[in-house]
Amino acid sequence: MDFSFTDEQSMLRDTVASYLADNYAFDARRTAIKSEAGWRPEVWKAFAEELGILGAPFSEELGGLGGGPVDNMVVMEEFGKALVVEPYMGTVVIGGGFLKHSGHAGAPDLIEKIIAGDAIFAFAYAEPQARYTWQDLKTTATKDGTGYLINGQKAVVVGAPWATHLIVTARTGGGQRDAQGVSVFLVDKSAPGVTTRDYPTVDGQRASEVTFENVSVGVDALIGAEGHGLPLVEKVMDEAIAATCAEACGVLRRLQEGTVEYTRTRKQFGVPISSFQVLQHRMVDMFIQLEQSISMTYMATIRLSDEAHERAQAISAAKVQIGKACRFVGQNAVQLHGGMAITDEMAIGHYFKRATMIEGVFGSTDHHLARYEALSFGKAA
Amino acid sequence: MNLDFSAEDVAFREEVRTFIAENYPKDLRAKQDSGEPLGKDDYLAWHKVLAKKGWVAPSWPKEFGGTDWTPTQKYIWSEEQARADTIAVLPFGVSMLAPVIYTFGTEEQKKEFLPGIYNGEVWWCQGYSEPGAGSDLASLKTKAERMTGDDGKEYYIVNGQKTWTTLGQFADWGFFLVKTDPDVKPQAGISFLLIDMKSPGIEVRPIITLEGGHEVNDVFLDNVKVPVENRIFHENQGWTCAKALLAHERSGIAGVARSKRGLERLREMATTEMSDLGGPLLSDTFFKRKVAELEIDLTALEFTELRTLAGESSGKGPGPESSILKIKGTEIQQRLQELALEAAGHYGAPFLRDLGHNANIGPSYADGVAGDYFNGRKTSIYGGSNEIQRNIIAKMVLGL
Repeated sequence: MDFSFTDEQSMLRDTVASYLADNYAFDARRTAIKSEAGWRPEVWKAFAEELGILGAPFSEELGGLGGGPVDNMVVMEEFGKALVVEPYMGTVVIGGGFLKHSGHAGAPDLIEKIIAGDAIFAFAYAEPQARYTWQDLKTTATKDGTGYLINGQKAVVVGAPWATHLIVTARTGGGQRDAQGVSVFLVDKSAPGVTTRDYPTVDGQRASEVTFENVSVGVDALIGAEGHGLPLVEKVMDEAIAATCAEACGVLRRLQEGTVEYTRTRKQFGVPISSFQVLQHRMVDMFIQLEQSISMTYMATIRLSDEAHERAQAISAAKVQIGKACRFVGQNAVQLHGGMAITDEMAIGHYFKRATMIEGVFGSTDHHLARYEALSFGKAA
Repeated sequence: MNLDFSAEDVAFREEVRTFIAENYPKDLRAKQDSGEPLGKDDYLAWHKVLAKKGWVAPSWPKEFGGTDWTPTQKYIWSEEQARADTIAVLPFGVSMLAPVIYTFGTEEQKKEFLPGIYNGEVWWCQGYSEPGAGSDLASLKTKAERMTGDDGKEYYIVNGQKTWTTLGQFADWGFFLVKTDPDVKPQAGISFLLIDMKSPGIEVRPIITLEGGHEVNDVFLDNVKVPVENRIFHENQGWTCAKALLAHERSGIAGVARSKRGLERLREMATTEMSDLGGPLLSDTFFKRKVAELEIDLTALEFTELRTLAGESSGKGPGPESSILKIKGTEIQQRLQELALEAAGHYGAPFLRDLGHNANIGPSYADGVAGDYFNGRKTSIYGGSNEIQRNIIAKMVLGL
């Protein structure tokens, strides 16, 4: 049993943290997310070239740093602390995850491009009618000669405005909500028939509504086996959830520490408000939520390599803890900051917004509780 | 980062599991199964087996009888005991007093008292709380005044009242916090005394708790004569001993292994009990959700404890996360008791205590769940209430 980080992982953390301290201050971020592009391609270039972190979870044969999920965890936690919006999740964790696990013929080339910062991925899985049921798909991919024609609409595809590639779930068979018949495709975002409507999200990211109209792709666009894509989707999604938990730990830490700091300096009734016991106990409860979230993130990240059932149960348990912590710590951070927290100027409110959105990312707390129940109680229930 | 146990740890688990299976006293097991109240000999039966084996006090320094186990091995040990539903070794001597003696005591005191604790020959009780000194322990009033006896030796004359003395009715000796200097700030005038419970002037009176049990007592001290050599550490520096005692023995404070076992039992109950809609209670939307949330919280606590252990293994000592263990551990124990009582439905109400123990009314799993619930409210109150724990975290960890 070991919860320590390797020297490489500690170095990775230091590298990311020090770059973000120099280049990702709150004001710089605020300017960037309000700009037309909504992100800073030069930061992405630095991730690729200066820091080399876009290869963190890829093997050395593929040109990566030889890490894995723990390395994603390290990077994402630091990103959470700085509220990084650049698309590491979509590109490295999710895009990279699909490529690594599927054995896709084009994977080595594409991973090389990811590591170089030249390929950016967004995951088009959600649909307007489906909440968090990944196989609820109206998007179809029908056979067309040797390839497929994709038709459908995808909802809130985070990072799509910046993406070069989309990973798309579509139905090649079965009914709308069947587990069978789900396939995964790699689609060039510039392919004819792909249209996007881009917009900002409330937490400073960018997303798109993506429409596919008779988008023609070759058979080589298929990732994994036709009609049997759901287990692959679940596996990559679980990895993305673990990485989201790690990001949340960074966000929660800033919320908790920022609140302690603020209450020490804010005076009312002639004393720092941190001297009030009712606020002290609230901050202790925030701290406990943070620590429990860190514990669950470690647990979930380590269990990513377990069998599908155990992996899924661990991931959902962690997401439940994270979701609850995001709500409790976020709301109380705002409460203890008072009115200042709901001004756009103060950083704390922006952490609160991200924490709140994380509650729903890849499945809400209720969704994951229900998934956990099904996995833990099985037939008994 | 990984969750793998080393080959040595796996072998160790096998060894302790086999040892428990082969050596746990059969009479004790039978009494536990039937729910009969345990007597003094029952409480000590497992202790004595472990003392003979050399496993009664894993955390002590090796020279006094400790096992030199790694934190992971101690964790495995507590897991295996919980899994086998063993009774816990009583903490008063082994976990509470002994560390004070081997840390602060004289060589004579170590020789005199540690073997009796180890072998279970001397039953110890704790004399800390008073009617007017609970969370504010330092405000205690029991006073000890120095005098020279007719034999020319130095004594303390102790007067006052202690309360919540757990299992004091069986005690041979007690360790007491007493005021030896009333004129300084409270923490500075306290001494740590060992008192023979057979001394003239001591009276132990039972306190009956909500579930009808006699576990705790009031202890009255009326001109009790205590030789000065029974004082541990310096006069007026007993608070140092008391504080050290509180910081000691963090492993196991969360009770994770016992709660995991409790959760298994709850799930068994909820698989047998029926829900309003038919089918097992565990299929009830609302009940199921409460169990799931509890299970997830327990997992989080388990990993917080494992992180603490890992910190100890790598020599960092318990980190700030260990302060959480008492609060979350007791909250989870209480939620388990709450859900067991809920699950029992109608049969949570019958109170069989006065009927004798072969009286079966309702399913056997419902027997005692109400008692456990009522008695269990103590856990968030004792050992420094959970509010005091939050004060400690606020001060020591958050720096407020």
